[in-house]
Amino acid sequence: MTTETLLPANRDSIQAASKANGEPEWLINLRMRALELAGQLELPKLEKTRIDRWQMDAYGVNKAGQPVTELEELPETVKELLPQSDIGHLIVQRNSAAIYATISEELSKQGVIYTDMATAVRDHSELLQQHFMSVVKPEEHRVTALHAAVCQGGVFVYVPKNVRVELPLQALYITDDAAASFSPHILIVAEQGSDVTYVDNVVSTGLRSELVHNAVVEIVAKPSATVRFATVHRLDKGVTDLSTRRAIVEQDARVEWILGEMNDGNCMSDTTSILKGNGSSSDHKVICVGTGDQKLNITTRAVHFGRQSTSDMITRAVMRDESTAIVNGITKIEKGATGAHGEQTERVLMLSPKARGDANPMLLIDEDEVTAGHAASVGQVNKDQLYYMMSRGISEDQATRLIIYGFLAPVVSEIPVESLENKLSEWVERKLGQ
Amino acid sequence: MSNVQFTIQGLKAQVEGKEILKGVDIEIKGGEIHAIMGPNGTGKSTLASAVMGHPVYEVTDGSITLNGEDVLEMEVDERARAGLFLAMQYPSEIAGVTNADFLRSAINARRSEGDEISLIKFIRQMEGSMNKLSIDPQFMHRYLNEGFSGGEKKRNEILQMAMLDPKICILDEIDSGLDIDALKIVADGVNEMRSEERGFLIITHYQRLLNYISPDFVHVMMQGRIVRSGGPELAQRLENDGYEWLKEELGIEDETVGQETEEFQMPMNTTAPKY
Repeated sequence: MTTETLLPANRDSIQAASKANGEPEWLINLRMRALELAGQLELPKLEKTRIDRWQMDAYGVNKAGQPVTELEELPETVKELLPQSDIGHLIVQRNSAAIYATISEELSKQGVIYTDMATAVRDHSELLQQHFMSVVKPEEHRVTALHAAVCQGGVFVYVPKNVRVELPLQALYITDDAAASFSPHILIVAEQGSDVTYVDNVVSTGLRSELVHNAVVEIVAKPSATVRFATVHRLDKGVTDLSTRRAIVEQDARVEWILGEMNDGNCMSDTTSILKGNGSSSDHKVICVGTGDQKLNITTRAVHFGRQSTSDMITRAVMRDESTAIVNGITKIEKGATGAHGEQTERVLMLSPKARGDANPMLLIDEDEVTAGHAASVGQVNKDQLYYMMSRGISEDQATRLIIYGFLAPVVSEIPVESLENKLSEWVERKLGQ
Repeated sequence: MSNVQFTIQGLKAQVEGKEILKGVDIEIKGGEIHAIMGPNGTGKSTLASAVMGHPVYEVTDGSITLNGEDVLEMEVDERARAGLFLAMQYPSEIAGVTNADFLRSAINARRSEGDEISLIKFIRQMEGSMNKLSIDPQFMHRYLNEGFSGGEKKRNEILQMAMLDPKICILDEIDSGLDIDALKIVADGVNEMRSEERGFLIITHYQRLLNYISPDFVHVMMQGRIVRSGGPELAQRLENDGYEWLKEELGIEDETVGQETEEFQMPMNTTAPKY
């Protein structure tokens, strides 16, 4: 007799949603198995973070969206978040389902698939079946299991061999109804020698009660492929953000992650590159700004299997008020990964005496012929820097701002879409200016 | 007739309860170059930092005025905007803030809102000033002092000074760590800024710099006071004969101030790796 875990989802509602979406049999089976696992598995064990005290149950239920054909018809709250210009390929999801998509013909001519997940499970079932929940597995813990059981929406990206997608693929995920589920699944498959950039924005607005956002990102980068993934999250205080992102990087392939965590609520952000192939490489850049009493647990991880594989990770956190950040950087080099090289840096800037920040660099190395390095720091705004800037006539406030922006600059300036970079700057400003 | 008048009177300052400045008087008018010389540890750099308002230095007595305004009442940034500039011995490195962004913020801090300097005008000015100081234009987009060599940092200080157009320039050991070519460039930069509208206070350890920037007044500092003032010939004598004659004349044995006299002790309580 095992203890029954009370789950925020049940078989009937999941099956009903799956049937309504016309999901294939394999997916329904996967969901049922995952739901069973969710009942047995524990929550993930996070370093110094009592995730069990967070809101972990408010999943909402799947609600059908109301698609529109013109950007003009989108609700005002959505419209103001849209990229101002450079809309090349865009999918907009509101609550549980996609409501708008614009994708140039050029893409389909190249054989590129960029579509919302509900469409993908119907139209590209076989392709999806090969990869869906193969990088992040339902068996890992209750959060991934629950995701597999209840996820709705998200996007599927497939880039055929040697195809280079010029413009970034963009997506906007917005939630404005806490009763509707908001757990998208993003799957990017880049075939050999292909090149693609995906950029999204996850936002909540006007929520009246609490909500869990349990999202998974899976990236498969085949030999010599390059995938750049950038995301900016800005979810309200009542939203628990559980984001698990993982890439499998094959021979000579490269994956770059750029993450802006601008949430106001609790957040678990776990981003991993599995450097499977020889000569594979990855780059992680993360910034977050903590405000209020929010708790952040930010992990970047590179796991080296391939010989001569390289990884680089940078996390920068600015902490205000009574916020807490646990920032983990894990470089794991497996036996046999000769010539591997890993670098990581975690820096936390504390702006308030009540804020808390931990930087935990970890190098776990099982191979001799490797090089790895780490740097970590937790500190306040440097008084000498402040004095130096003020001695040139810059006010204390302005000098502090310049120092903080300088601290975040290595990530902000890397966002591949200008309008999102501006948005990120704006949100950094908002969080710092509160 | 100059309209710059900078006056330090009876200035006393302490660090962590230790008095370093024991009553300093200097008066600088526009067009004048004053040099403060003295051995290490006599309070020269403390004077520079106390004038600029470094938070570690607490002024306990005396006054500083610039054109009649009370400098000690001002915050650090207000002092700068009032016209004080301190070229520092050890400028801070600030990652993520480019030289150009930093200088533009500093210039705009002196202008009213809505009257900010245009980007094009600023770039042109900055390029011009960099050119004069033989600074690679690429440094405009480098992070402030980050990874700069000692000489590059010093030149960057002079660049800032040139662009911010201060009334009183204080140079704190600007010559330390400079080779002779860099020293000439820095001296040229200073000489070019000489004007009736500006006064200089040059703090140095060596007479060398004064071969290139000729001072009007030379002051010697010991034990936290100015113990002798004179013209350029005083600097020359110090270069030739050192400080001993002066110490003898004044009956000073230890010229330093606030220095720990404790002997060096081998740290015994460290944990060495065990084999």
